[in-house]
Amino acid sequence: MIQLEAKNLTRHFEQRRVFKGLNFKLKKGDVQIVLGKNGSGKTTLLRILGGILMPSKGEVRYSLNGDALRGERLQRILSLVAPDLNLYEELTGLENLEFLSKVQGFNFKQKELIQTMDQVGLADRVWDQVGAFSSGMKQRLKYVAALLKKPLVLLLDEPKANLDQEGISFLEKVVLDQKKRGILIWATSDKEERKYGDQILELDQ
Amino acid sequence: MEIKSSSWISKAFWVFQKDIKSELRTRYAFNALVMFAIVTLTAVSFAVGQFSSRPKLISSLFWIVIFFSSMSGLAQVFIKEEESRTVNLLKLVASNESIFLGKLFFNLVLLFLLEIIIIPLFLILLGVGVKSFGLFVSVVILGTIGLVCSTTIIAAIVAKARVKGALFAVLSFPILLPLLVTAIHGTNLAIEGSKFSQGWSELKVLISYCVVIGVGSFLLFDFVWRE
Repeated sequence: MIQLEAKNLTRHFEQRRVFKGLNFKLKKGDVQIVLGKNGSGKTTLLRILGGILMPSKGEVRYSLNGDALRGERLQRILSLVAPDLNLYEELTGLENLEFLSKVQGFNFKQKELIQTMDQVGLADRVWDQVGAFSSGMKQRLKYVAALLKKPLVLLLDEPKANLDQEGISFLEKVVLDQKKRGILIWATSDKEERKYGDQILELDQ
Repeated sequence: MEIKSSSWISKAFWVFQKDIKSELRTRYAFNALVMFAIVTLTAVSFAVGQFSSRPKLISSLFWIVIFFSSMSGLAQVFIKEEESRTVNLLKLVASNESIFLGKLFFNLVLLFLLEIIIIPLFLILLGVGVKSFGLFVSVVILGTIGLVCSTTIIAAIVAKARVKGALFAVLSFPILLPLLVTAIHGTNLAIEGSKFSQGWSELKVLISYCVVIGVGSFLLFDFVWRE
């Protein structure tokens, strides 16, 4: 079973403190909503949990069936979807998916990748460069890239951004699937999105 | 789906392949390298064409062209990831080792391609005859590897800075000085027609430089890349 433990997480950017002393534990089936205003540190927290930013103090521990997970083993079970996490615009949608899966050691067949793009309505844009996609299509492709490996930990930063009603329905299905598979952390500034989670972490600026 | 336990070398290949595809479509770095090299080379050939019989001057100019061209293009490998905001995606999916090696191979290919264009042009425009071709090729290959090992790690440092352009040249110059001095001396010997054995001490310095800077950069990258 996947578990996540954040202990005394603190992050500063030079003199500015973003957050201090965050503690929480999550396990398979948990959906945590990280709620806060703009600049409260939601994105920073997700980056730390995703392993792309170091905390100034404290630590994040992941374990799978009691074994600690870090480095490449962690990368293989964790996905992050965020507005500032761009895909490669000069590559096609398919090339992005191929690169992102191969560099993590996954070997999906081209047919499988096209099928997954089809599930989010991007089948006719497989060979188009991502730079030519609309912002909503880019967001959908980010979800495809994140969900391909069926992550045990899914981090979503402002997940509804740029999604139309069809995209939001897809996202709600993602929440249900992820609850069965592992941990979901959803960062948002919209209090109405509390309904998607069963634990709330409020960040104050 | 099949999960492969591929090594970081094969993952470095995927990073390299992604950069090559991206470069072929955008010409982000290659155009900067080639244009700078051709402009410098043309200026040099007009200015010192009549002194082309002086091997020491020719060798210095040759490495000046290579050095400044690499300054204009090789830093893009990390700066581009920062500017297009794909750097966090790369951090999220790839190991530090595979990122560094992938970027290093990409810069190597880029600089070797530039040299394939520039060296014949340089020799023709300045009317230079290389008498010891084996020594010349060895010095160029080792000099290029050393140059790329240094500039790749410096590019990773510079990509995080606000004032990127000037910082790259400022940081590179002291680190590259021993390499450039040795490469210039080795090239001079090759143009003068010295035997391979006479240039062996220069080659040994270049090999040592490549090993020390290559291993040092590889180990240092983890600290540079971490935020």
